[in-house]
Amino acid sequence: MIRQLFLILVCLALGEMVVYFTGIKIPSSIIGMLLLTAGLHFKIIKLKWIQGIADFLLDNMVFFFIPPGIAIMCYLDLISKEWIPILASVIGSTVLVLISTSFTHQVLRKTRSKKPNTDKK
Amino acid sequence: MKLISEPYILLTITIGIYWLTKYLQNKTNSVFLNPILITIIAVIAILKAAGISYDTYHEAGKYIEFFLKPSIVALGVPLYLQISKIKKQVIPIVISQLVGAIVGIISGVLIAKWLGASNEVIISIAPKSVTTPLAIDISTSIGGIPSLTASMVVMVGIFGSVAGFKILQLFKVKNPMSKSLSMGTASHGLGTAQAMAISQRFGAYSSMGLILNGLFTALFTPIILALLGFI
Repeated sequence: MIRQLFLILVCLALGEMVVYFTGIKIPSSIIGMLLLTAGLHFKIIKLKWIQGIADFLLDNMVFFFIPPGIAIMCYLDLISKEWIPILASVIGSTVLVLISTSFTHQVLRKTRSKKPNTDKK
Repeated sequence: MKLISEPYILLTITIGIYWLTKYLQNKTNSVFLNPILITIIAVIAILKAAGISYDTYHEAGKYIEFFLKPSIVALGVPLYLQISKIKKQVIPIVISQLVGAIVGIISGVLIAKWLGASNEVIISIAPKSVTTPLAIDISTSIGGIPSLTASMVVMVGIFGSVAGFKILQLFKVKNPMSKSLSMGTASHGLGTAQAMAISQRFGAYSSMGLILNGLFTALFTPIILALLGFI
């Protein structure tokens, strides 16, 4: 378990270092994610070395977002001043992004490959 | 110091409410018993009633939040497992992300403008679809209010995670990759976490949406806002 935790934290720490030294505008966690993908892909890290902790982290990901969600209480006053345009924009725009992205991907995918839905379980 | 503001007590309350709503959701299959939404509302209500500030709560919440960045790193595992499938789909994925990024920025600012939002709210809402640290950077660079942007990012995340898959179902999107990809595009980490709750394969595609939309939104937000005359 300690080795598993260490490997995840190494990726994150390297991500922090990349951000610190290059000033790149990408979150350290996303750089860490890509480093872990690369590490696994190029067989530097074995999947079984991190499988346990990765499953724990991934299975409970929604839960880890609770504290940042509760932070919204700090901005309630700011939001309540213009809550109608804010709420409408958040909901309307999110629906439009969901539909436009999924439709574009679904259509391009079907025209590109003869057999759609080949990656169904 | 009140007893209720002790970190262990606040953690017990937070985890207890989350576990209970999750248990009830599994039992009843009710749409309204969404664990993340209920827990956030309930904990805020308790904190407000007890007169506890967010800073005090954060002394407890930071122990949960600690796992957030490592869990995003862990998305590297499903991403690695799906890499060959993603490679085959590079063009549809990239084009759909371009569409999603542009639709997200333009629709977000125009809806706010039509409903009479002030200019600073309009600017702050532009990067709402991407992950918090990126959205704050973008917001700062275009003259928005970072804290306002951060709260909109959270609202988008909660809405997407609660309603995203149901909306996709309503519009009859069938392809699993299209669905999970657009969850990451539309509602960043929380959408991805929701996709991950379905399967690791969904989580991998959703991560692609999270990453690519983050990059495209960072690139396009200043240009689009300038073209629309907001900055």
